[in-house]
Amino acid sequence: MALLITLGATAAFLVVLIFAVKARTEFFKNLDRRWIFLLMLVAVAVPVYVIGKTKETFPEKALPKAQAVFDVIEELSEGDKVLLAFDFDPGSEGELGPMATTFVYHCATKKLKMYFIALWPIGRQMIDDNIAKIIEPDFPQMVYGEDYMNLGFKAGNEGVINVIVTDIKQLYTTDAYGTDIAAIPMMEGIDSIQKMDLIINVSAGYPGTKEWVQYAVTPFPHDIRMVAGCTGVQAPLLYPYMPQQLPGLLAAIKGASEYESLVINKYGGDDISGKYLEAQRRMGPQLVAHVLMVLLIIAGNVIFFTERKREARS
Amino acid sequence: MKRNVPLLLAIIAGFVMIVAFFIPYTVSWGEDVSIWFDILASIAFILGGGNLLKVHLKKVSDQAKGWGYSIITIISFLAMLIIGLGKLGVNPNPQFPGHGHWAGQYNEIGSPFYWLFESVFKPLQATIFAMLAFYVASAAFRAFRAKNMEAILLLATAFFILLGRTAAGVFLTDFIPEESGYSGLRLENITVFIMDVFNTAGHRAIMIGVALGTASVSLKILLGVDRSYLGSGEG
Amino acid sequence: MSRETTIWLIVFLIGAVMLFGRAMFTEHGMARMYVEESPREFVDLGDEDKSDWVSMDEVPEDVEVSAIPADRRVSWTSQKTSNYGEFVQQPAGGNIQFSLARSIGVWLAALFTLFVLSFLIKDNPLYKVAESVFVGISAAYWMVVAFWDQIVPNLIGKLSPTFVRNWAMPGLGEDARQELIYLIPLVLGMMLLWRLSPKGGWISRWPMAFFIGTFCGLRLIRFLQADFLTQIRNSIDPLYVTEGGVFDVWASLANIILLIGVLSCLVYFFFSFEHKGIVGRIAKLGIWFLMITFGAGFGYTVMGRIALLAIRLEFLFDDWLWLIDPTDKRLGI
Repeated sequence: MALLITLGATAAFLVVLIFAVKARTEFFKNLDRRWIFLLMLVAVAVPVYVIGKTKETFPEKALPKAQAVFDVIEELSEGDKVLLAFDFDPGSEGELGPMATTFVYHCATKKLKMYFIALWPIGRQMIDDNIAKIIEPDFPQMVYGEDYMNLGFKAGNEGVINVIVTDIKQLYTTDAYGTDIAAIPMMEGIDSIQKMDLIINVSAGYPGTKEWVQYAVTPFPHDIRMVAGCTGVQAPLLYPYMPQQLPGLLAAIKGASEYESLVINKYGGDDISGKYLEAQRRMGPQLVAHVLMVLLIIAGNVIFFTERKREARS
Repeated sequence: MKRNVPLLLAIIAGFVMIVAFFIPYTVSWGEDVSIWFDILASIAFILGGGNLLKVHLKKVSDQAKGWGYSIITIISFLAMLIIGLGKLGVNPNPQFPGHGHWAGQYNEIGSPFYWLFESVFKPLQATIFAMLAFYVASAAFRAFRAKNMEAILLLATAFFILLGRTAAGVFLTDFIPEESGYSGLRLENITVFIMDVFNTAGHRAIMIGVALGTASVSLKILLGVDRSYLGSGEG
Repeated sequence: MSRETTIWLIVFLIGAVMLFGRAMFTEHGMARMYVEESPREFVDLGDEDKSDWVSMDEVPEDVEVSAIPADRRVSWTSQKTSNYGEFVQQPAGGNIQFSLARSIGVWLAALFTLFVLSFLIKDNPLYKVAESVFVGISAAYWMVVAFWDQIVPNLIGKLSPTFVRNWAMPGLGEDARQELIYLIPLVLGMMLLWRLSPKGGWISRWPMAFFIGTFCGLRLIRFLQADFLTQIRNSIDPLYVTEGGVFDVWASLANIILLIGVLSCLVYFFFSFEHKGIVGRIAKLGIWFLMITFGAGFGYTVMGRIALLAIRLEFLFDDWLWLIDPTDKRLGI
């Protein structure tokens, strides 16, 4: 119903807009850009508020790439080892935060062993935040060092990947909290990340998914498998790696929302906490703002062509 | 000495990385060089901080335009640095309680470092990136004109992606049954086709071009043909 | 005072009054943060030579704790983030309490968010303050993380494991040996920092050259392998695709278009030929493919940016103003 109203209003608005723009080309051409800013603010703020109040979200349909990410993780069985590389920061948390949350929830539900790592300095804080937000309150039976561990941040970008694909203990002598790596039970027998059953990368740029594909997956195609979630800016650039080097990819908030719906529909139950529905909530403002963008482009073009016609006539 | 040693260093380091890829015996050499590279990368963070301090101190001492803001930068930099490096307000590590706060976590919840991250760093960084939403809207209104075939293709694709990757896409073409032979025409499936085929083709060609470019630049540096990174002066 | 300034002043005053009203005169207020505090207490049951720290609740019954001197006892309070909902629902005597510092933090975060957004109206001192703070804080943040997460364990810890173990990393393994080879990155690192000095610029060229050489060596191989050779291999797909013995039109078409697209774009990138005649037409087709590619990139970029704005507004409405409660932190008030 909400969708019908949104789209109906959009269509009506579009007609009015075209007529208005044609009639008052000069006014719209010289429109202060702050009005556009205000429109964008309203287009995002209203749905954030309405969805925050009603907690209703739009139905989600998973497309193949997100489905592939879900399927790859589903194939793993209890006790399998997963390296979760959190290469993002608050600057991209709007898109990637929900992915990270769902990845951790999915892995924890499936009782996979989680090894967190970060190539971004602030990635380490993102790991700590997710442990505090998901594992500690909702999976209290999980024991640090046996079921999950945090390797923390190391500087060096691809230089770090290049080391840990063949030898992890030379670089990581302790975990992020200063515990000897040899004293951590779940590190037993792990000499390199080739021992991982899957790498899950949440990536906001450089270093990120591209570097993991180049330095980990491509040189060791039989030993290292990876799926990833990335920002909208990166996503189109990573498509050439699929499906051979990268079986699945969550592209921007839409990918996050599809994957979230798959995981929550299967494991979430009816009284799932709102913190696991973040991406689906965010698709509300996305819809309205995308429609606004389309309308702005149309309005801009109506002005352009009306002007051009007028110039040609004169 | 000033130019030949660094040239030699670059060549040796580079070729160690290449050899380590092909000869299993030399893998550990590659690891060692990579680890030194990683350590240097972390020292580069200190260099970055030092540079920032230097630039802003100079601005203050010169009383250049906006030097007041430089004072704010210096104060926030030093505050965060002292709190973080000194682990101020951090609790001891429960595994080693006798070690005092030095063994604790610098970003522990409740510590001043964490507080500064949550209340200052996080909102500032996230909002600065969020501002781009407004500028992209303004640019869409002012700059995207369907002037020719190329622009039409760009705009049409953008429309498909913008609508097809929201609930609108599913709703607008919901009349086409999923199981029918025409399901490929559903808006969301059109976006899948665009991304998997057209976008992949374009980016794959770009990727191949960039790879060749990167390889040739790297080779030029490693063979000593391109020495621009050594600078021109003797200073 | 100009008309515009007056209008903004009025808007700010109305906003401030409303915020004050909401914070002070509503039943629940706003922007209140709660933390769960847990007391931790440890005693050292070891002797002069070797300490043996035990948590207070694990001390054997026969040990007289009060007899242990104060310098062999440690206690502190650790914090966990909680919320209003948990605070209201906790049993009497619970550990969840209001945190003034964290609440001030939420206000500060909200104000900084608004300061940055104020740039949309026009450049102003508040934005400049926010920007200056951000520059300082972020540079220091990266430095601190690099120091504690890498320089201490991977450089100082390798050169002097005993010192690091006694100082900041008691968990460092007993078998960690001194590795003098790490003097090389130490010296290179010191030379790198020489850049900060006004004289002897050539000194930092050594580490820079090492850095660039390693980087080139790494990239040369990996780009050729992952982005060149593998991409060519990825492009070699059957153009006649069958699914269960039946010809699959869509899959075949997709593979054909993909191949044509890659080749035509490459022709466009190839500048050794003049783009005329048949080459020109193929290059033109390549441009069309690239335009579709950029259109998709634009669509995705917009998608990303909006999500970033949405999370900021969610923060303002949820954590600061308490207008919405999507994650049930406040029992839906």
